[in-house]
Order: sequence, then structure tokens, then C-alpha cells
Amino acid sequence: MQLSLDHLACRRAGRLVFTGLTVSLGAGEALLVTGRNGAGKSTLLAAIAGLLRPAEGRITLAGTGERSRPECVHHLGHRDGLKPSLTAAENLAFAAAVLGSAGIAPGQALAKLGIGAAAGLPVGYLSAGQRRRVMLGRLLVARRPVWLLDEPTTALDREGRAVLFDLLDAHLAEGGLLVAATHAPLPIPGARELSLSPPPPAPPSPDDLP
Amino acid sequence: MTAFLALVRRDLALASRVGGSGGLGLVFFLMVVTLIPFALGPDLNLLSRIGPAILWIAALLSTLVGLDRLFQADEEDGSLDLLRFSAAPLEVLVLAKVVAHWLVTGLPLALAAPLFGLLLAMSPEAMATSSLALLVGTPALTCLGAVGAALTATLRRGGLILAVLVLPLTVPVLIFGVAAADPSREAARPALLALVGLTLGAAVIGTFAAAAALRPAE
Repeated sequence: MQLSLDHLACRRAGRLVFTGLTVSLGAGEALLVTGRNGAGKSTLLAAIAGLLRPAEGRITLAGTGERSRPECVHHLGHRDGLKPSLTAAENLAFAAAVLGSAGIAPGQALAKLGIGAAAGLPVGYLSAGQRRRVMLGRLLVARRPVWLLDEPTTALDREGRAVLFDLLDAHLAEGGLLVAATHAPLPIPGARELSLSPPPPAPPSPDDLP
Repeated sequence: MTAFLALVRRDLALASRVGGSGGLGLVFFLMVVTLIPFALGPDLNLLSRIGPAILWIAALLSTLVGLDRLFQADEEDGSLDLLRFSAAPLEVLVLAKVVAHWLVTGLPLALAAPLFGLLLAMSPEAMATSSLALLVGTPALTCLGAVGAALTATLRRGGLILAVLVLPLTVPVLIFGVAAADPSREAARPALLALVGLTLGAAVIGTFAAAAALRPAE
């Protein structure tokens, strides 16, 4: 499996956040996207996930068989997609049914993430870190080869980060791909780093306005 | 199919739990139906003649209540992105959401219509036909409303825009619905069949249009 970005440029609110991005990522490889706030890290992940159309350039994911790109990715963004009135286990069971390609059972996934005791609690009662762990459980209940993680360590304590790093290691060892936007360093051996810097400010033209 | 059933089950569970809107549409329906006799005054003949029309207007309004949250709630918390990553086509998932919404709002309306017909001095035959017409007609309202809900999913105060977008589209359903509900008319039966046709058409057009509106721009 091969993810290639070819001279990619993305536009947010009429402004080009990055241009001319060319990266290629093979099986078992990780790419850490860094850059200051507003540099376009989340935009890049959304573009790879297929939620956003690039302004220029191409994104290709080769070797997926009949599956389309959105069917091959896990995208964990800022919005966690958890329903507060459903329990943690119900949320994960729903995600597994919708995403398909079943992995381990929701209960097992929650136990692995260290919140097995909260499986029967409505997510609305959980803390930010616990919600984050439930969200990470989605990576386990549905197996997908490309993981796009936006600030995956947010709200996690030290133990939670250790669990997350184990998950990432196992995923890469199985030949998965990882693209993570992060400010905190992730201890992944051999991970490449992509630093996004904003393009030089162009004089505003009328077409650039939204 | 797994995804379809999972989504229907989840939306029904959400509607039945704290903060869900299950039953609210029915209460609103009752409110509208009871208010109109007060406004018209004590004329039982008039009331029983326009009873089916009142039921349909009330059904239309109570379908709109809560429809603005159909996709907006999922858009806000990010579950809509989850649906976009599903292996199942977005049209199927939209249909699942529409079915779940109709089971919570439309079906109770149709079942409660005979009871509310009593408040409008309707004859037993009129109650039966009204209930049947609502049963086959309200899915069309939900399907058409889903298009408006999808278009306004990202708007903060989309409820009013939704009503403005959807209400003109519901005129044919209203015409045939009221005609089918009135047993004294000769055309009641053809009108009922036309209503079935409208529902089937709206189910197809509504799901495809709503899915197109929700699909990421690619």
C-alpha cells in the first residue's frame, strides 16, 4: 500500500494554507506533520481522508483493491464523533458496524485502552481523557490500513500515551500507514517529519475572498 | 445492511434517551390540533368538514419540528464524518436516518390520528381514512425534509431556512393527502394511490439529494 501526495495545495476560507506538497508513504511508514497553529496540519489530514478537495495536485492511495480511499482510512479529528447519551461500548459497536472490516470486540478494545470499567457508562459522564481513549478504541474495533490522527495525545495522561504508542507501534509493524499531526513529539523510530510552513503572503485579490 | 440497521438502532436509542426528542413531535401535533377548534369556534359541521386538512397541516408542522437536527447533530459532534468513511453508500445511511426519524415522528402521528380526530368531530370513516393517508403520506414529508436538513446541516440557525426550503415541496403531498383522507369524495382512492407514488418518489429523490448535499466536495 502506497500513499502519495503530488504537488498538493489546499485552500481554507479562500487562503492557500500550503502549496507544492509532495510526499510518498509506504507500508509500515509514519509521517509526523508539524507546524505552528494554522499551518494546515488538520487541513492536510482532512484532504487525505477525502473530506476536503485539494485546490491543486493529487492524492493517490495505491494497492487498496476495490476499496475507495475513504474506506481505507481512520480519521480521528478534533470532533470525537461520540454520542453523549450512548455508553462507551455502544458508541464503539456503532462505529464498528458503520466502518465495517471488524476488528476486536468493543469490550476488549476498551479494556486494552485501560477503561474497561467505563464500558457501560454513558460517554457524557466521562472525562476528556477517557473520551479520547474511547475514540482511540475505534482504531481497534474496525481495522483499516491508513491512520490519520490529529493531535492524538491531547488530553491523555502518561499511561494513556504509553498505550497509544503501543498501538501505533503494532499498527506500523503490521504494515499500516500513519500520518499524525502533532505538537508533542511521538517516539516512533524511523518516522519522517513534515514541517508545514505557511506560503509567503500574497497580495489579496478579489477572487481569493470566500 | 449491518450499517443500515446499526444506524437505525442508534438513532432510535438516541431518541428514547435523555435529551432525545422522541414523543415531542406527537405532543406538538396534539397542541396544533387542539388549538384550531378554539380558533374556529363551536361549529361542529365546519370542524368535521375541515378535520382532515387540520390533521395534515398539524402533521406537516410537527414533522418539521426536530427535522433540523437530523443531520446537524451528527455534523456537530463529528459522527457524520464517521458515516462518510463507511463502506456502505451514503444514500443507504441517509435512508437509515430517515427511517429512524419517521419511526419516531411520522408513525406515532398516523397511529394517534384517530384519537385526535375525536377532537375535530370527524366521522369514524374519516378517522380511518385520515390515519391511512397519514401512514402512507408522512414518509414523503420526512424524505423531502431530509433534503432540507442535509442542505442546512452546517448552518447555525438552519431550522427556519429548512422550513422555507421544504414547505413548498410538500404542497403535492398535502393536496393528495387531504383528498385521500376525505371518504365523502369520489377521488379518495386514486388520491391515496397518488400519495403512495409521491412517497416512493420522495424516498428515491430525497435520499439521493440529501446524500449529494452531505457528500464531501470531491
